[in-house]
Amino acid sequence: MPFETSSTPAVPTTGDDRLLEVVGLSSHYGPVCAIHQVDLSVGAGELVAIVGGNGAGKTTLLHTLSGLRPISTGQIRFDGQDISRWSPHRIVAAGVCQVLEGRQVFASLSIEDNLRLGGYRQRHDPVWLRAQQEHVYSLFPILAERRQQLAGTLSGGQQQMLAIGRALLGRPRLLLLDEPSMGLAPLLVEEIFRVIVELNRCGVTILLVEQNARAALAIAGRGYILETGRIIKTAQAAELLADDDVRRAYLGY
Amino acid sequence: MPEQLFQFLVTGITVGSLYALVGLGFALIYNASDVVNFAQGEFVMLGAMAAIALQNAGFPLFLAAIVATLLTVGVGLLLERFAIEPAVGASVVSTIIITIGAAIFLRGVALLLWGKDFYALPPFSGDTPIQLGGATVLPQSLWVLGVTVVLVLLVRAFFNRTLPGKALLACSYNRVAAQAVGINVKVMLRLAYGLSAGLGALAGILIAPITFSSYEAGVMLGLKGFSAAIVGGIGNPMGAVAGGLLLGVLEALGAGFISSGYKDAIAFLFVLMVLFFEPTGLFGHKSAERV
Repeated sequence: MPFETSSTPAVPTTGDDRLLEVVGLSSHYGPVCAIHQVDLSVGAGELVAIVGGNGAGKTTLLHTLSGLRPISTGQIRFDGQDISRWSPHRIVAAGVCQVLEGRQVFASLSIEDNLRLGGYRQRHDPVWLRAQQEHVYSLFPILAERRQQLAGTLSGGQQQMLAIGRALLGRPRLLLLDEPSMGLAPLLVEEIFRVIVELNRCGVTILLVEQNARAALAIAGRGYILETGRIIKTAQAAELLADDDVRRAYLGY
Repeated sequence: MPEQLFQFLVTGITVGSLYALVGLGFALIYNASDVVNFAQGEFVMLGAMAAIALQNAGFPLFLAAIVATLLTVGVGLLLERFAIEPAVGASVVSTIIITIGAAIFLRGVALLLWGKDFYALPPFSGDTPIQLGGATVLPQSLWVLGVTVVLVLLVRAFFNRTLPGKALLACSYNRVAAQAVGINVKVMLRLAYGLSAGLGALAGILIAPITFSSYEAGVMLGLKGFSAAIVGGIGNPMGAVAGGLLLGVLEALGAGFISSGYKDAIAFLFVLMVLFFEPTGLFGHKSAERV
């Protein structure tokens, strides 16, 4: 199981290989500041984890990156372009694809249709789509067996697989994962995380947001600790796992 | 008696087809945005009135019908762009109130343009009745039925077979997820308003030779179409079609066997009964969701 090993070389990003670069990012809900002056970067090929408790602003942060939430101040650069004010569909087209918290599959549509919609921005490239769809089915054989089944009738774990598969059909250069372990049994968490590592090995850059700090930091190269909307610590994932404060606050021992 | 019944059925299905088309328009916009567009009836009226005006201005009938439909589609797009889109992010109820305002506005414009007079189109292919198994069928009824069947099949194929159709459904199932997969929700909204306006206009043009049209003809047709949509389970396009046919037939039977004065009462009573016993409509999807 690659589950407990760190997969990516733990090199801090420098210079030009920064795929995503976030500077001084803030976002507000009315007068309430949900994330405050966040700086972070993800290098091409990295697997980076952002861990934090409930309400730390993890989902808000991801939503600002994918354009689902407006930003108040700061800048988001993806592949050298300023995408801070782009609309979500344009950001997806550029290659930033998000797996939403709570899976959010299209419950009344079949697995196959969910995947087709995942490839909405790639619809002019049917050859690639077909190949990618088969790739997703080979990653998650259970989905292949049930192509015509309605997504709403799948179990939580299967829905999570579908949600990841759907995002993969968007041709991600950067995959944003929001709490993929939420509400899943430990064995399924292991299975999902194994796939995340495998995807990263195949070259997909991944930004993983998790409450399950232990599992996330175990597979990530680097990590950020998010607390009440601020990044309070960043280091190699292994260092964070060994850090006393982090252990007390997030790992519970 | 059986001939009479057959006659009522023919009338009912003809009128029901129109309700079905209007109901489809409701379902399209509801699917894209969870909004009930109360200007749907005004699309019907605009289609009919524009076609009549163009025909009076010397356009050949079919050209007038096509241009009137396109004009109404334009009005639908303008409505979306200047009344609905600025309110993106507002609650569904606010948006519905905007559509009511738009309906009143469109009715007012029609009143200014055409006054309070009643107008009609000539039948598409004459008015010699056809004898069909003891019933008398107007050629226009066949037009209504034929065009409705074609449009219903097209809408069905759009939702079941095309990616934009599925994307439109996706917007109603889960708007955030739709955005996250890269669907441009604004474009989908425009598509829904354009298509709804087109369907409404065609319904109005089809019925213009049968009943007279005026600036407020859309009110009742809109209500009946809305009833068709909720009887069938709002958001379910084929349910709206079934609901429309059911409503039309019930109305015709009620008008024939009881009294034509109770026609509308029977239709709305039926809607109330359906909502009372089956609040999600007769064909509303029982959602299959596991949490």
